[in-house]
Amino acid sequence: MVRVLTNVPKQAKRGEPFDVKLLISHPMESGQRRDAMGATIPRSIINSFVCTYNGQEVLRADLFPAIAANPFFSFAVVAQESGMLAMTFTDDNGIVQTETVSVAVE
Amino acid sequence: MIRRHALAILPLLLASAGWAGEKHSGYQDASPETRAMQDDDAANPAFLWVEQGQALWAQRPAGAGRSCADCHGAASVTMRGVAARYPVYDARLGRPVTLDQRIEQCRVDHQRAAPLPPEGDALLSLAAYVGLQSRGMPVQVSIDGPVRPFFEAGKALFTMRQGQLNLSCSQCHDGLAGQRLGGSVIPQGHPNGYPEYRLEWQGLGSLDRRIRNCLVGVRAEPFAPDAPELASLELYLGWRANGLPVETPAVRP
Repeated sequence: MVRVLTNVPKQAKRGEPFDVKLLISHPMESGQRRDAMGATIPRSIINSFVCTYNGQEVLRADLFPAIAANPFFSFAVVAQESGMLAMTFTDDNGIVQTETVSVAVE
Repeated sequence: MIRRHALAILPLLLASAGWAGEKHSGYQDASPETRAMQDDDAANPAFLWVEQGQALWAQRPAGAGRSCADCHGAASVTMRGVAARYPVYDARLGRPVTLDQRIEQCRVDHQRAAPLPPEGDALLSLAAYVGLQSRGMPVQVSIDGPVRPFFEAGKALFTMRQGQLNLSCSQCHDGLAGQRLGGSVIPQGHPNGYPEYRLEWQGLGSLDRRIRNCLVGVRAEPFAPDAPELASLELYLGWRANGLPVETPAVRP
């Protein structure tokens, strides 16, 4: 399990945007570095990120090696119906993890 | 003799031209982007460790009968203001101990568990979680009583020239603070945010690690992790930062 911190307001107003913040604990090893013996350290980054809101995709991002460790995502989503935000990320080692947060829309 | 004194005063005069000798947290030297990271707990990567520390606080280590919380209760109550006072004098050991050393001591003596690896995620997490409880409170490190000789030793270390570059801590962090070394502002070097997330490290690190960094920077041999010099120097640094707010867990470039 990768450690993740999510930050989403518990309540949101219908039709108005709210901020979604997500911090993922990940080394984001670029694949450009070498270890003490001169061997290349294999690339290990989160390569994709998808956020769905009640099953509908609202954000998709491809990530690249130049992104620093422990990447931070911050984006806005327009509140429509109460429901679930599901944020899924995939890394080079095949780890796929989904974080879900519920949002109440009034 | 007079001439030597005159030379010694010179860096102090240079400093007074900048911030007029006021205490100045490294926060104020950081870029607006770095400060924004520290200001927002949701964006501060150190909170990944804080969260882990919170879990460890309540968790019984393997083979140990009790967790931190079993003795200390809620950290938000019992640990409030604690980190602001460290390093403190330990009468039993007869020397000052840092917060990290105290956590290890508690773990070994009271929990009867194996010590945590130094500079490891678990120890840093606990230190960050305990440190967070003092956030915003002024640093108040005491140098009275039996700890005084250690303070004097720390002060001597701070002003002692070291390494191939033959520089003392004081020359840069008292004398040239506010000026630039390469592209970065030289901070006054106050330890009010440790353990802190350094963008350079891409991770959380302790004050020990930062001091090691500095020593390697002047091409001196770093202190061993358990060296008494390190605790003395941290005691002096703590006293030097007295009055600045605790920022743990801070974000620095």
